Amino acid sequence: MSILKMTNIQKSFGDHHVLKDISLHVDKGEVVSIIGPSGSGKSTLLRCATFLEKIDSGTITYDGKNAAETVNGKCVYAKKLNDFRSIFGLVFQNFNLFPHYSVLKNMMDAPVSVMKRDKKEVEAECLALLDKMGLRDRADAYPYQLSGGQQQRVSIVRALAMNPEILFFDEPTSALDPELTGEVLKVIKQLAEEKMTMVIVTHEMSFARAVSDRVIFMDGGVIVEQGEPEAVFGNTQSERMKQFLQNYNNI
Amino acid sequence: MTLMTMVVKMASGLEKTCAIFFLTLLFALPLGMAVAMMRGSKIKIISGIAGFFISILRGTPLMLQLIAVTYGPYYLFGVSVSRNKLIPVVVAFAINYAAYFAEIYRGGIESMPVGQYEAAQVLGYSKLQTFVKIILPQVIRRILPSMTNEIVTLVKDTSMAFTVSYQEMFTIGKQIANSETSFVPFLVAGVFYYVFNAVVSFAMRRVEKAMSYYKM
Repeated sequence: MSILKMTNIQKSFGDHHVLKDISLHVDKGEVVSIIGPSGSGKSTLLRCATFLEKIDSGTITYDGKNAAETVNGKCVYAKKLNDFRSIFGLVFQNFNLFPHYSVLKNMMDAPVSVMKRDKKEVEAECLALLDKMGLRDRADAYPYQLSGGQQQRVSIVRALAMNPEILFFDEPTSALDPELTGEVLKVIKQLAEEKMTMVIVTHEMSFARAVSDRVIFMDGGVIVEQGEPEAVFGNTQSERMKQFLQNYNNI
Repeated sequence: MTLMTMVVKMASGLEKTCAIFFLTLLFALPLGMAVAMMRGSKIKIISGIAGFFISILRGTPLMLQLIAVTYGPYYLFGVSVSRNKLIPVVVAFAINYAAYFAEIYRGGIESMPVGQYEAAQVLGYSKLQTFVKIILPQVIRRILPSMTNEIVTLVKDTSMAFTVSYQEMFTIGKQIANSETSFVPFLVAGVFYYVFNAVVSFAMRRVEKAMSYYKM
């Protein structure tokens, strides 16, 4: 069964029609990369999936339950959206860690104060996660004391601490030096190997090709092409996609 | 009158000076937050009322506000002016400072990056939790220097209470200066305010230091 299903999503900002009837599903254990030029609607799609933007019409379904649906042309969101928020996690481009909390507190606070879980239990889980990510010795550090790559890794473990079924990444390496990009991509790759369900909006083409089960190419608010990475990157039928990839290779 | 007598007499008014200072902070700090919240409300009438409140209180002299609050009820409704002027004095100071604090809070809240709200929202924090746990601590940290400024000004502004003859330190000093035709009480008052503010500045520096364990 699909964890996430988005159907006929429409979204405009004023006169600007950003998402034009987008439909998309993500199955359990699948790694989906969304690529495309700037302004193609990739990030907006992710922000709609995580309720940071409200869709104008369409349906958003998590685990078979409607989070948003369109009834008689009006889009209605579920009353208890937080029940859905516990299903997913989101990793932002610019991390958005809480600067006044230590690494451990950044991870622990939401499970403890939002999900009302046992503090001791959460702490043990979070420390194990940090251990796994090689960040155990930074547990008491504050975000400003970390490199950009470490900050992004912390924001990934913060999302993981909520035990999400699906993890979204909004250009997770775009704010990082090329040197620091690798350590973040390595973590995402590790998660992919563990069969974590993920949707990754990225400009890292070779990474998307290597790590994804499926690649979606968006342009102008529509999905132009999607399929297995080899088919999309190696043998695309779309002129627009060819042009996009060419621009990349020319840099 | 010897210098010592002057100092002792004026010091007897310090209790009232401190009363104005601390009570004003006690009421103006939360009231300012309420006004800042109203100012930032999406409902136009509410933000309009808060904006009007702020513009009146910042646009007219504190001295005038003190007189209005203390004697206004008598002229308007014939209510006799109470013997204990502490209440009207604190009311006037509290609403005046609330207006200034509200603008400082608002600036601090607006300076917060939207990403902090979004991260909290995705993690499932309620609006109240987001404000109390994520936004407010960072806002306080950001606005502390401006707050120190305002609080130092408040110490000196307590002297305004002389306009309604509230017997705080400066009012007593002014009375001595008149009766003794001496300038010395003003010098004494200056020293008192300077020391008071040295203590306030020291305390605020300690608070700022305690909160600077992280960088934004």
